[in-house]
Amino acid sequence: MSRDEQTPSIWRRAAVAFGRFWWDFLVGETPELLVGSVAAVGAAALLVHSGAARAVVVGALPVLVVVILALSAFRGRPRVRSRGDGEK
Amino acid sequence: MRSSSAVLVVAVFLASAVEMVEALTVVVAVGVTRGWRSAVEGTVVAVLVLAGLVAAVGPALVHYVPLGTLRVVVGGLLLVFGLQWLRKAVLRSAGLKAKHDEDTIFQAHVDELSSVEGGGTGRDTTAFTVAFKGVFLEGLEVVVIVLTLGTTEHRLGLASVAALAAVVVVGTVGAVVARQLSGVPENALKAVVGVMLVSYGTFWTGEGIGVHWPGSDATILVLVAAYGAVAWVLGRVLSAERTGGERAGGVHVA
Repeated sequence: MSRDEQTPSIWRRAAVAFGRFWWDFLVGETPELLVGSVAAVGAAALLVHSGAARAVVVGALPVLVVVILALSAFRGRPRVRSRGDGEK
Repeated sequence: MRSSSAVLVVAVFLASAVEMVEALTVVVAVGVTRGWRSAVEGTVVAVLVLAGLVAAVGPALVHYVPLGTLRVVVGGLLLVFGLQWLRKAVLRSAGLKAKHDEDTIFQAHVDELSSVEGGGTGRDTTAFTVAFKGVFLEGLEVVVIVLTLGTTEHRLGLASVAALAAVVVVGTVGAVVARQLSGVPENALKAVVGVMLVSYGTFWTGEGIGVHWPGSDATILVLVAAYGAVAWVLGRVLSAERTGGERAGGVHVA
């Protein structure tokens, strides 16, 4: 195999870097935020188009966003283990 | 100035300032260890490329993408990005995540750059590349924020000026004190920006899917206050849980 074939082209490297940027930007260590946000917007859109009461429609998205943030923050905290665990 | 424009200016300015402080850390580390000429050249080229991106992509988004679609997509991006910032801020305020420490990052860059041969007063490819990459990567996040907030509000010019002002302010202060800005309360700023991005994201995705917010633009201010309060409460709850666990003799396992 020639050296040119082994070395990725500048376009390929740029495409990989571009993809990696968006992956880190949107997913990173917290895929639940992306999935949760998409689900929250989808649920709010369903409420809007199902003719739900205005108060429900207005409150749904902010409440769902708060739930996503809380779940992700609790998921992100380090586990707490008793000092005695694993010492036997 | 409308309330949404005021929030836009503050959000873009603070987000840009935070990212520029991080970029400045890299540039100063390059300048100190490898010489200033290539560090400055790399910085200038990166800023020009980023400005070109905004000029090329911004007007195209505004003219060719329907406003409803733009608001849902852009609002969704802001929502995800803002939630990432806010989550980190909550965990940092609760003491569950290490705070961003520019001094440590600066020293790591200096150590790494010192081990590479070359440097001095002439043109230095390593210095140029590291400075360009540092400014470009940090700046890319600013570009996304400027494009998303600027296009949905149809205030791309205002968003660009706010970002440019942050670059000038951070650059000037950095040049005057001639070091990275470790004294800037970066973690607190990130929390504020996170709250603003989530608020904007909620507002614009809501508008895009057909939610009629009471009070129109003023809703953004209500969302900022509500999300700020929620983030504060979450931080306190997690902090109490951490100290409770430590008092009970537990250890945190990452």
